[in-house]
Amino acid sequence: MRFMMLMIPKGYESAEPGATPSADAVAAMMKYNDELQKAGVLLACEGLHPPSVGARVSFVGGKPKVTDGPFAEAKEVLGGYWMIQVKSKAEAIEWASRCPGSESEFIEVRQVQEMSDFPSDVQEIVEQYPALQELGHEDKRA
Amino acid sequence: MGQADAERAIQAVFRIESPKLVAALARLVRDLGLAEDLAQDALVAALEHWPGEGIPTRPGAWLMATAKRRALDALRRNKLLAHKHELLAHELEAEQSRTGGALEAALDEPVGDDLLRLVFTACHPSLSADARVALSLRLLGGLSTAEIARAFLLPEATVAQRIVRAKKALADAQVPFEVPRGPELAARLSSVLEVIYLVFNEGYSATAGEDWMRPDLCEDALRLGRILAELAPQEPEVHGLVALMELQASRMNARTGPRGEPILLLDQNRARWNHVLVGRGLTALARAEQLGGTLGTYALQAAIAACHGRARSADETDWPRIAGLYAALAQHAPSPVVELNRAVAVSMAYGAAAGLTIADALADDPSLADYHLLPTVRADLLAKLGRLDEARRELERAAQLTKNARERTLLLERARSLTHLPSAVAPRT
Repeated sequence: MRFMMLMIPKGYESAEPGATPSADAVAAMMKYNDELQKAGVLLACEGLHPPSVGARVSFVGGKPKVTDGPFAEAKEVLGGYWMIQVKSKAEAIEWASRCPGSESEFIEVRQVQEMSDFPSDVQEIVEQYPALQELGHEDKRA
Repeated sequence: MGQADAERAIQAVFRIESPKLVAALARLVRDLGLAEDLAQDALVAALEHWPGEGIPTRPGAWLMATAKRRALDALRRNKLLAHKHELLAHELEAEQSRTGGALEAALDEPVGDDLLRLVFTACHPSLSADARVALSLRLLGGLSTAEIARAFLLPEATVAQRIVRAKKALADAQVPFEVPRGPELAARLSSVLEVIYLVFNEGYSATAGEDWMRPDLCEDALRLGRILAELAPQEPEVHGLVALMELQASRMNARTGPRGEPILLLDQNRARWNHVLVGRGLTALARAEQLGGTLGTYALQAAIAACHGRARSADETDWPRIAGLYAALAQHAPSPVVELNRAVAVSMAYGAAAGLTIADALADDPSLADYHLLPTVRADLLAKLGRLDEARRELERAAQLTKNARERTLLLERARSLTHLPSAVAPRT
């Protein structure tokens, strides 16, 4: 099973571009990432630049609308994420609990959807999506 | 937190901590069975105390301290203490007084070495492959006996017995709890990698429309491989195996169609490949290559898988490179199957005639006499060269040899379709 651990730092919604955490915080986080790596559960992890240099795309009336950050109404924004591979939600939560998070941040744990989670009619729709390789290519078999 | 939630949380902690716990205890008490019992005792204690007191800040250290205290008690209670046990008890006591029994001190002990010792012990070549797999999944993978039984479609009692017997065999043979060195290391490491890849293949080859539990086995194998790569980063074949597994696992969602039929690699929808895993596979392969020296069998297979992983479409596949890698693999670990794969790669890179020369040389190999893929490959190459009658005969032979009914139908259909090809179609070389 795969889970995302979404880091949500309070105040990041108004952080200036180029804002970086303290050296101590970075060191603690690196050590944590190393533990995830050593346990064989880490698939990916990245930090995100703050919303002040981001953009939002909405779809009012079916047309895309772009709004540049920062976003005044946003109360919680993503700071970064981990994707981990574990045997249960409880295990994902345990790993999230071990993160050296500060008082002003929290992690949301969300399971990644797998193809097999979807009902068969949805799976068949995905199946029909054109492949990246060219269609009508003859004799692709090795 | 409800009782059920609390138990699940504690079980999750145990799954994370138990390999390190068992490893450290095994070093202390020099008996794998006792080490596991002590670890289980610590789990029982956790289930008693943590729901009320909350999960400690450093659960691993709590479990370790608890288990060590019980180890001391167990050694003292044993009235038949041999001199050796007295020494051990003394060592443990000395250690406890040195550290002042502080929980935090338990954290400072280097865990890596102990875990590596456990890996090599659980995969000891004196044990059968089945025993090594069961013991490794239990002690290193943190799987319960029930989970292992389900994964391998065995009765739970069978797996339980297998594990008990394995631990007894190790104790009887007095297998030392240590990391092998020098000339012994290569062979022992090979045994470990074999176990991990066995687990992976058990999950990988079964995913073509069977038990949904099986992909979990691939995950378990990958996890073990990744852990080992961190424990033994200087071993290129470890990274090679991890690379191979990451790359193969990347294709798992694309391997079967909506009706469960298998889809060949070149026909797969590459948008369904897990590109996080492709990236991880390429990174692991780079680590293997950076360590220098000639690539081993796992790394070579991974390099071949990487060629496919890098190609955005089947057309962009670097076939000459794959052909070269198969040639290297044929040198390193020659086998008729490798040679057959080489024939295919050569045909894609240099034309059907070149490939057919290699495939023809395998025609009389007794080990391939019942292997349906040999005539299948020859049929493809003959068809490309316009030798349709011969191609049709080979397809019919392949259909006779295959044990898979669906495949037999497909092969016979292809044989029939060859007779209807208009002669104006230019054969592709």
